[in-house]
Amino acid sequence: MTLAPVMEQRRGRLSLNRTAVLAAGVVILFAVYVLLGSYTVTIPDFFRILAAHLTGGEKIPGASFIVMENKLPRAVIGTMIGLAFGLAGALFQTMLRNPLASPDVIGISYGASAAAVIAIVIFGASGAVVSGAALAGALAVAGLIYAISAGGALRGTSRGSAAGNRLVLAGVGIAAALHAVVNFLMTRADIRTAADALVWLNGSLNSANWDRAGVLFFALVVLIPAVAVIAGPLRILELGDDAAAGLGVRVNASRLALVIIAVTLAAVATAAAGPVAFVAFLAGPIARRFTGKASLPASALVGALIVLAADYFAANLAPLLLDGTVLPVGVITGALGAPFLLWLLVTANRKDA
Amino acid sequence: MTHSTTTAASRGGDTGTAVQVKGPKGPSRGPASGGKRAAWLLAAVVVLAILAGASLAIGARGIPLGTVWEALTSFDPANGDHAVVHARIPRTVLGLLAGGALGLAGAAMQGVARNPLADPGIMGVNAGAALAVVTGIYVFGVATFSGYIWFAFIGAAVAAVVVYLIASLGRDGATPVKLALAGAALSAGLYSLMNVILVSSQDTLDRFRFWQVGGVAGRDWSVVLPGIPFLAVGAVIVLLTGRILNSLALGDDIARGLGQRVGLTRAVTALGIVLLCGTATALAGPIAFVGLVVPHAVRFLTGPDYRWILPFSLVAAPVLLLAADIIGRVVLLPGEVPAGIMTALVGAPVFVWLIRRGKGAGL
Repeated sequence: MTLAPVMEQRRGRLSLNRTAVLAAGVVILFAVYVLLGSYTVTIPDFFRILAAHLTGGEKIPGASFIVMENKLPRAVIGTMIGLAFGLAGALFQTMLRNPLASPDVIGISYGASAAAVIAIVIFGASGAVVSGAALAGALAVAGLIYAISAGGALRGTSRGSAAGNRLVLAGVGIAAALHAVVNFLMTRADIRTAADALVWLNGSLNSANWDRAGVLFFALVVLIPAVAVIAGPLRILELGDDAAAGLGVRVNASRLALVIIAVTLAAVATAAAGPVAFVAFLAGPIARRFTGKASLPASALVGALIVLAADYFAANLAPLLLDGTVLPVGVITGALGAPFLLWLLVTANRKDA
Repeated sequence: MTHSTTTAASRGGDTGTAVQVKGPKGPSRGPASGGKRAAWLLAAVVVLAILAGASLAIGARGIPLGTVWEALTSFDPANGDHAVVHARIPRTVLGLLAGGALGLAGAAMQGVARNPLADPGIMGVNAGAALAVVTGIYVFGVATFSGYIWFAFIGAAVAAVVVYLIASLGRDGATPVKLALAGAALSAGLYSLMNVILVSSQDTLDRFRFWQVGGVAGRDWSVVLPGIPFLAVGAVIVLLTGRILNSLALGDDIARGLGQRVGLTRAVTALGIVLLCGTATALAGPIAFVGLVVPHAVRFLTGPDYRWILPFSLVAAPVLLLAADIIGRVVLLPGEVPAGIMTALVGAPVFVWLIRRGKGAGL
């Protein structure tokens, strides 16, 4: 009995340390991503390039362009969408108490995908217009799903999972319809346009640039503190709606806030790079395995690690194997993430892994 | 409060004598009595028969029902109308078969996985079939629907077996959560491999995108006939599992307490599911919405009893698929919208309406 608090404390410290390890991992991987690879930059050169870029000083031919216009924005956006997807997935999985829940399943990714493919195929759009369409599509679909499920919840029973279940089912229904729209448009488009759309649909950092990085950065500056604020009520909501209400949490308001934050996180990340498969789905379980408990910061960091590692592979190693095809990062997150999740599953000794 | 009382009252009025004959109150979730459910099932069969007739009659060239009947009973090869009707028979049969298979498989899958997100695809079937078809196109240059079926079927079967084996590893065997996660994980991996090929080969994408939408058009008997034995075996297996699924729904521990050999029964059910949806996917391509949503919709009528959910899904799913196929033929004349697209576009609003009504969508 007397040991229990000590153990609890130790576990808390352990997971904090592990989270610090993850954070260090993100920093190291970021450095590796920018400095090494098919084009290598030394550390002094990197700072010289950076200084020259910021002060408008003398640029190193070639190297300045590759670092400042390709590698660095790619790495910055990769890190940020990783954080956003990781957080969004962990929020959904915790809130809905369903390990299958993630923005992909809930329909948000499909909202973004359908809007983006419509923009690409019907309006011939590219770049920022596609991102804007994706963001609008994701938010509109999320709003629609929430409206559908909330209407029933008002007069439904107070059973904890009922509202969550309806949300999931509405998401599944809408996702299927949007998926059909995407597939249909793919058959109607010119094959080259369809190939472009396919790259977007897989989630790709190939068109990363500083404008996009800036927009994403400001979005995260607002959203990440919001997650920190909502984390407390989330932990109480996990106990079930009735218990949470008993503990003084305003269940409906908290749930709405959670949904809005999680959806916006997933939506801005999807708008920046397309629906990168599996990061949101995978980050939570891996983080839990690594730190020993469900943790939002750890999930976010794991998300960033996954995206950086996968895109490093996609940008540097895959072209060697595939005659120069730069694969979309989402292809790699799926192809490498899947065996990893399977391994987690097989080696897990807890039932809820 | 007011709302639920009204429903209870009106429900009592509707079901009347049947409820009283049944004596003490049954499970409170059962929205309709046995007799009423049988009547609904019969009505669904009638609707299905009407749709099958309509599927022969309606299309780019409309045929009067009388001529359809003539074409079926006394076929005259010289008659153009008769030829059109005959050409529509395989797709109608395929719609019936694939729809029934997907509905049945979806209902059983939700029972096995105890997860509202579980559709037949969750076992990796769609992803396995898709990757195999893409491989068939890319490596072997396959280009016909009858060429795709064996690739799709083998891909679906291998993926499902791998998912089941992975989920069975570890101490507690193939639990629902592990099955669902293993299926989702393997699917994502297979789709990624598929996309590696599609991103690097535009020719492959050009053929694959037409398989990807799923549909019953353009398939002749050489596509439909090979699937029938597999579907028959799968349907028999799954239809026999109603009682098993009912006890599995209570949780593994209770099911075990009731004398079920949980691991074995789940494996047998999974075999039936894979036969059904693997074959359906091989024949008609991935038609995602039907298996997922029809069982949910059916629950609103049947309540949670799988002995009713399974036959209802078997009949209701082809209603959706045939209706979608018929609508798809006429909305975009002279072209067609594939049934795989229309099922989702027609089904989603209906499904959303059902959710809005807010009655138990739980499992």
